[in-house]
Amino acid sequence: MNHWLQKQRYIIDFTISSLLRRKVKNLGLLALYSLIVFILASTMFFTYSIKKEAALILQSSPEIVVQKIVAGRHDLLPVSYLDGIKKIRGVAKVESRLWGYYYDSLVKANYTVLTPPHEVTETPTESKKPVVTREAEAEIKPLFDWHGTKLESGNLIIGNGVARMRELGKDDYMPFRAHDGTILNFKIADVLSAESELVSSDLLMMTEDDFRKLFGIEPQFVTDATVVVKNPSEMGMIALKIKERLIDSRPIIRDEILRTYDSIFNWRGGMMIVIFSAAVLAFVIFAWDKASGLSAGERHEIGILKAIGWETGDVIEMKFWEGAIISLTAFFSGVIFAYIHVFFAGSPVFEPALKGWSSLYPNFKLTPFVNIEQLTTLFFLTVVPYTVATIVPIWRAATIDPDTAMRNTGE
Amino acid sequence: MIELHNVKKVFNAGNPSEFSAINGVNLHIEENKVTVLKGPSGSGKTTLLSIVGCMSRPSAGRVKLKDREITSLPERFLTDIRRSTFGFIFQQPNLIKGISVLENVMLPAYPLGGSRLHLKNKALHSLAELNLTNKATSKVEWLSGGEAQRVSIVRALINDPSIIIADEPTAHLDTKLSYRFMEIIEKFKADGKTVIITSHDPLVYDSTIVDRVVNFRDGQIEDKPA
Amino acid sequence: MKFIGLEIRNSSLFFLCLLTQVVVLALLLFHANVSENTQQGNLAEKADLVKTWQLTDLCLFTEARYTRHLSQADLNTTFQDHPFSFEHFPSGSFTQPYTELGQ
Repeated sequence: MNHWLQKQRYIIDFTISSLLRRKVKNLGLLALYSLIVFILASTMFFTYSIKKEAALILQSSPEIVVQKIVAGRHDLLPVSYLDGIKKIRGVAKVESRLWGYYYDSLVKANYTVLTPPHEVTETPTESKKPVVTREAEAEIKPLFDWHGTKLESGNLIIGNGVARMRELGKDDYMPFRAHDGTILNFKIADVLSAESELVSSDLLMMTEDDFRKLFGIEPQFVTDATVVVKNPSEMGMIALKIKERLIDSRPIIRDEILRTYDSIFNWRGGMMIVIFSAAVLAFVIFAWDKASGLSAGERHEIGILKAIGWETGDVIEMKFWEGAIISLTAFFSGVIFAYIHVFFAGSPVFEPALKGWSSLYPNFKLTPFVNIEQLTTLFFLTVVPYTVATIVPIWRAATIDPDTAMRNTGE
Repeated sequence: MIELHNVKKVFNAGNPSEFSAINGVNLHIEENKVTVLKGPSGSGKTTLLSIVGCMSRPSAGRVKLKDREITSLPERFLTDIRRSTFGFIFQQPNLIKGISVLENVMLPAYPLGGSRLHLKNKALHSLAELNLTNKATSKVEWLSGGEAQRVSIVRALINDPSIIIADEPTAHLDTKLSYRFMEIIEKFKADGKTVIITSHDPLVYDSTIVDRVVNFRDGQIEDKPA
Repeated sequence: MKFIGLEIRNSSLFFLCLLTQVVVLALLLFHANVSENTQQGNLAEKADLVKTWQLTDLCLFTEARYTRHLSQADLNTTFQDHPFSFEHFPSGSFTQPYTELGQ
């Protein structure tokens, strides 16, 4: 065992001397290889973490969201629909949501504007038409109070991404252009934390009145409704009932929300394919170059080694180490830098790809969720093929018998 | 020491280009003597040398080393014997470019394991004997022809072989260096080693250091006296 | 091979580098493990936002409404303006239209 170890050390000594002869070429190789691993590992870390966070955070998302569909598009929901939903057996609570998007031409960014959700309660009046009430201030007061900040008319709570883009902070003013051309000035009551940007980066929270003033939406319409069911296992069934009762509605259950994020960065989907294919292709070209044969110089050297007493096995071991030294170093470097890139630096390399045309790019402070299986797979996908590719062309040359080697080297 | 009985070597057997390099050679090489295989190019002496040195096998016949039959030994054993018994000096120095003289010299011992410190000291000692100490850390590209040849000799000795085999060693050396080379051979003999050289250089085969000259022509030993 | 004036064997240097890398990676993975705990507060904050404001999506792509709210995207999003309009916005090419739960 000791002898074997000593022998391996010697072989590694020689292999490194050999690699150092072509410093530039081999360092370039190492750098390129590390880069490929870096990209693959970064993508893995990024997508896996987001998936996991989504799965955790979105557990609290609405159980059922009900939209109205007109001509295939999402349309405003009449308030009259809400009562119909509430009447369905198994429904515990119905709330209306009023939200939309605002395009800020100053910084060319899209914001999501939210208002506090309102519970639908049936008014015990003679009117059959239910009205979204704000009767009990006490009932909905908590929503107007976000962690100590009161949301009143004229006030805004903004996400950290918005604050960053517009360089605004608490107590600053932010003007908006309303639907009718008038300018509405809002005062920023609070800015949401940087740590929560993954969900809140582009949010603007205002009161319902302000929202309707800004976008010109009549009181009898809301954007959509959310439903809380009595028995969570009946979500699907109740969604069906809603669809039956309101033909032009589209219920979305929480499972679907979660599944969206589960498949968003699937191996087979979108980004992964693009990045993965490019990286694998680069790698294959690499390995192909290695495997496609030896130069005359390399053959000559193997001949010398055989002639001075190295066996076929020794030569193959040397080539194995040549592949392994580079691939192990590249693998670890790539993965380490990928981890730092995604979990400490906020994935700046992905910014151009993910940002697209939007100018608002959230600060990805991701929780480090690492999938060891993925890492292991990456190891076997990169280290093994490269090492093998280095050995393959040697097989033939290494078996050259010393006599032939002696003759050739004698020339 | 080394016995060859009716050794034949055929290349490309079965093909139209088949030819017989050695045609039934009987040879006995004595221990601790300097033997020269003399003959023109194409006479088969290099082929014979490689068979003697366990680098290739004969197509027919038997080879014995120190009374031990080695003709049909498996590859591994043959390699072991070769490594520990023979030291080869080629026509060209054939050093590995880009690495140091010291590392080149130590290379043949690498597959054997062992303490590196010990090996390094041994190598440095050997280099010193041939006045190459100050070149130990140089890259081989910077050596002169004679220095390179000497380095390759040191390399051949690193595993303490008892038999030295040299194939046309003076082919690329000038007269002065050739004489120097023969002096080194003399020292080998004094150290108890056996030396086998192939050469068609008169400086070699006419040397007083040489004990026996075997004439080769067309794959056979000629009975002409040396 | 010379390293800061000291003669160090090639293979030793390699093993040292490799060991360092393995240790660093182990530390980072440990960091990941530990972070999961320390980040609980962070995750709780986000979950709270989601619950209070009834959010349905992560803020990943703010280019268009169907990239910002992936789970709420219109049924026929793929053919909004044109069959290939999904690619008007680069982020559309990363995300797949969600498949309806087999009903």
